Amino acid sequence: MFMVLESVRSAFSAIRANKLRSVLTSLGIIIGVMSTIAVISLIQGLRASVLSEFEGFGANQVVVFPSPSDAAASYGLPQNITVDDYEAVLDAIDGFAEATAQVSVWGDRIRFGEESSGASVTGVYPEQYIINDLSIAYGRPTVAGDGTARNPVMVVGQSLLEDLEIAPDEAVGKYVEFNGDWYLIVGVLEKIGAVFGQDQDNVAYVPFEVAAQQSAVEPSVVIFVNVFETDNVPFVLSRIKQALRLQHGISGDMPDDFQTFTGDQAIAQIDTITGVLTAVFGGVVAISLLVGGIGIMNIMLVSVTERTREIGICKALGATRAQILLQFLIEAVVLCLVGGVIGILLGSAIGLGIAPLIPGFEAQAVIPLWAIALALGFSTGVGVIFGILPAAKAASLDPIDALRYE
Amino acid sequence: MPVSNVIELRGIGKDYAMGGEVFSALKSIDLDIGQNEFVAIIGSSGSGKSTLMNIIGCLDRPTRGDYTLAGDDVAKLSANQQAGIRNRQIGFIFQSFNLLPRISALHNVMQPLIYQKVGLSKRKKMAKEMLEKVGLGDKLGNQPNAMSGGQRQRVAVARALVTQPSLLLADEPTGNLDSKTTEEIMQLFEQLHASGQTIVIVTHEPDIAARCQRQITLKDGAVVSDSKYGGAI
Repeated sequence: MFMVLESVRSAFSAIRANKLRSVLTSLGIIIGVMSTIAVISLIQGLRASVLSEFEGFGANQVVVFPSPSDAAASYGLPQNITVDDYEAVLDAIDGFAEATAQVSVWGDRIRFGEESSGASVTGVYPEQYIINDLSIAYGRPTVAGDGTARNPVMVVGQSLLEDLEIAPDEAVGKYVEFNGDWYLIVGVLEKIGAVFGQDQDNVAYVPFEVAAQQSAVEPSVVIFVNVFETDNVPFVLSRIKQALRLQHGISGDMPDDFQTFTGDQAIAQIDTITGVLTAVFGGVVAISLLVGGIGIMNIMLVSVTERTREIGICKALGATRAQILLQFLIEAVVLCLVGGVIGILLGSAIGLGIAPLIPGFEAQAVIPLWAIALALGFSTGVGVIFGILPAAKAASLDPIDALRYE
Repeated sequence: MPVSNVIELRGIGKDYAMGGEVFSALKSIDLDIGQNEFVAIIGSSGSGKSTLMNIIGCLDRPTRGDYTLAGDDVAKLSANQQAGIRNRQIGFIFQSFNLLPRISALHNVMQPLIYQKVGLSKRKKMAKEMLEKVGLGDKLGNQPNAMSGGQRQRVAVARALVTQPSLLLADEPTGNLDSKTTEEIMQLFEQLHASGQTIVIVTHEPDIAARCQRQITLKDGAVVSDSKYGGAI
């Protein structure tokens, strides 16, 4: 420990004596760490902002939709989730959660005069507005009465209105054409924005019953469930599965013919994506650190040759091989660590500074502690790995030859 | 009167292999140097005096023979053990001073104490006292390149003495100095001798050798004359 401390002291004095060269030597490490921190801070910022969007969505939300799996079809089982299934699910989760079903309507573009839009049209129950936390900017939502009366009314998103060149505040009361029918716009949704680059405002909602009658066959629905207590999500999930398996006559160890998706799963997916991104950039950075490490090794080898006489003097004064080895090894590590710290500072500055300049990037850069620890750990590792060869060279010098070295 | 020997060399020889042929730099040296002796080892280049100095200084190992330094058998030590002996028993003084260039006089003198694991404050105190003793109490913070040759050699002497070695081993200590500073350094050696220090100076300058108490002359790897035994052997 004593020698480590002394070596650190002597390393700093060596670095101070050659400031410019030390900075140039650790430039590879500085750039490597800087780019890691900058990139990680941006990815983590993105992750945090996506997660916060999902939080509005709810970690207590469960989505149930038909399975696209061929395996289930091969059993000859019904793959659709029907309105009956939905009602069975409602019964099963009563008291623990609220739910709504929606059905997609396939068809033409929505037309208004010369303009048209390819917005997705969905049939919804009034509960959808509550469960998905949708706000109405103008007019009203579709209500239960619209459904029972089969009223051809529509609530629209603002991107759809843009396509149709209708001002949001003038939309209510206008008629648009869809699949040969005329729909009255009764409400306009608040803007939501894009999630994963998908425009959430390019939508139109019609009453569920109106949408259902568009389809010749029994429509397949997607069920949205809002669990009252987040802790109850697993329980509610099991109740839903049980109900649906019963409805579909699935027994024993046969697989589900439907899929469920929870907020936790969504978060897990985001984590997977950001994890992959981080790993890919981590790989790139590992290569740059490798290059930086080779730079350090080169300069340290030169430095050992240059300081041959000094090493000889220290040996004459009684330094052992281990002490010389430690001194040069620690010098390499300190060089790398200093580079790492400079890299972290620069990288943080770049990450925080560049985030507002990226178009469409609404997140704030976030620098996680683990990234700093990782950068420092990596720098130390590089110092040890690439410092060992020059240090061994220094330690093995013969004192007589070293003293004679000019 | 019984004088305990600091150095006892018995049949010391050093061979070098030179392209298949064996060249004996030292043939068979027997030599005793006692406590508080002030000895000059003289010889022209090629006489083997550098080889002998390296062996005495534990920088090199003899091919054959026994070497006892301050009671320790040091002829067959490992490199690490030799380093320990150099650190504790020997104070080196070189012709070209061999100070560490990037650090102050004080830190140069502190350096050998690091290898003895002496704590920082104690190290500073010991080094400061030693520099004051050689008359450089006002130059503690100076770097070697800001000092004259004589001052640098004084720093080197302070560095050599700070570990209180059994033996002060000087290799042409005045070789790079003018006559005035040579005189100063020689006076310093004489003072050290008077205070009880054992000193061995390796030199080819007769003037320097003449100021020592005892002169040993080497030629072709053998001792040809020792003033202690009345001259030629």
